[in-house]
Amino acid sequence: MSNSLPREDAAHVAQLAKLHFSDQQLDVLTGQLASILDLVETLNEVDTEGVEPTYTVSNNVNVLREDLAVKSGQKAALLANAPETQDGQIKVPAIIDEES
Amino acid sequence: MSSFETTIGLEVHIELKTKSKAFSPSPVNFGDPANENTNVIDWGYPGVLPSANKAALEGGMMAALALNAQISRDVHWDRKNYVYPDNPKSYQVTQQQTPIGHDGYVEIQMPDGQTKRIGIKELHVEEDAGKNSHSGKGYSLVDLNRQGTPLVEIVSQPDITSPEEAYLYLEKLRQLIQFTGISDVKMQEGSMRVDINISVRPIGAAKFGTKVEIKNVNSFQYARNTLIYEEERQREELMAGHTIGQETRRFDEPTKSTILMRVKEGADDYRYFPEPDLPPIHVSDAWIDEVRSRLPEAAATRVHRYMTEFGLSDKDAAVLTQTLEMANFFDQTVANGADPKRAANYLIGDVNAYLNETQLDLQNTKLTAVNLAELIKLIDDGTISTKQAKKVFTAITEGKDPKAYVTENGLVQLSDPSKLTPMISQILDNNQQSVDDFKGGKDRAIGYLTGQVMKSTHGNANPKVVHELLLAELSKR
Repeated sequence: MSNSLPREDAAHVAQLAKLHFSDQQLDVLTGQLASILDLVETLNEVDTEGVEPTYTVSNNVNVLREDLAVKSGQKAALLANAPETQDGQIKVPAIIDEES
Repeated sequence: MSSFETTIGLEVHIELKTKSKAFSPSPVNFGDPANENTNVIDWGYPGVLPSANKAALEGGMMAALALNAQISRDVHWDRKNYVYPDNPKSYQVTQQQTPIGHDGYVEIQMPDGQTKRIGIKELHVEEDAGKNSHSGKGYSLVDLNRQGTPLVEIVSQPDITSPEEAYLYLEKLRQLIQFTGISDVKMQEGSMRVDINISVRPIGAAKFGTKVEIKNVNSFQYARNTLIYEEERQREELMAGHTIGQETRRFDEPTKSTILMRVKEGADDYRYFPEPDLPPIHVSDAWIDEVRSRLPEAAATRVHRYMTEFGLSDKDAAVLTQTLEMANFFDQTVANGADPKRAANYLIGDVNAYLNETQLDLQNTKLTAVNLAELIKLIDDGTISTKQAKKVFTAITEGKDPKAYVTENGLVQLSDPSKLTPMISQILDNNQQSVDDFKGGKDRAIGYLTGQVMKSTHGNANPKVVHELLLAELSKR
């Protein structure tokens, strides 16, 4: 089962995460990602017959918040953590308009 | 042309009018300064915990009920993963596996009078993304105020077979949602957004044609025009022996055509998984009943009531229920004592003309149901003539009190016989020909004489009283 991850799959995951790697880096990372997946794969050996899937770790159901608006008053602090800002907005590299 | 059939599916996003966001208590308020309505949850800071807004979930339940859908009893939230600057968490919380509503329908009235049912596949509650603006100078700016605003996404079945049906579906959907009160459903303000899927295939083909997705449609009219263009484009491609590519296109208004945005390779890979930070939801019968009891009266119910209780025509009832504001305004005007038929005529006529002329929404005018009802009562009790009422109507569009306006401007209708009778005698003396005509059986003569009286009183005489007095005076001659 080890190192079963095709290199294209690793490249695809990197692309979805908008990460760019050299060929050399991708070789190394494909190997590392494969061994992580192999480790997680061992979970499949556990017998889960009849066990309900766990969506959250608490047993709470219907924990909902009443619809009341609260201003954080943290705009300046939040913007101070952005790498670059302009006119109260977050400045990012130009978005090549592929989505909308 | 008729050798092809068209399949259309629509995905409509509705922005909910909640006070706070779907998963954080930040305010939802359009038009505030950028990033004013954001907190650490909206920015996707590490270690923060979201909390689900009850009103957002119930908004989804209301939409489901309005669209005749089943409500899922066990709902959990899912993460849809994608990386984009307007999406700081790098995932959107949605209901991919357990949509709050499923298997509903909308009934549209076809031009031939037939009713057609368009299936609703599902409805999910989810969160909106922030807003990017593109400078064109090598950078973009991100405002996260909209990030986390609750949405309901409504996915139709591919039951729509023409651009006209798509248009009728969108109109009906907007009305159904608007009458629940959960959203303003305004395309131009972005509180209703439409994504289109369309494919064309030869009649009798076993499989659907390759579907093309169209974005950037911002009015119902554009949706129809887009579909008319795209339907034709796909037919022509197929007839020329070409294949349709799986692509995303956008409508270009100036050229009335669709432009290729990108070719899709393989399915989108959003790597959905259940949201571990939000507890699951169980919806009981009692909860559904409670939400249903809070739903305002639906448009169809109001149409029925207006026809049976007030004797309005189906056409007039339909006009009054085109928007929730208009229907509510009508109900309030009647509740304030106005005659329903007169109130309906005023809203359909003068009020609609005023709204068209000023390009205002009813709730943004100075018109009130109390003032309109007062105006109508002044006509009905004979205080003012319908001609004078025109001036009073202009006054109430400026927010003036009708009674006070009438008093201040001396707009009181002339109904006093002791003042009208001498005038009428004089007019009869001056119009012997009309008197003879009337005596000779020409009923039309009385119309002319009434007109003369109205003219000499500058339209201030009470036509009903004038008519009675004229008959009385004529009988004496």
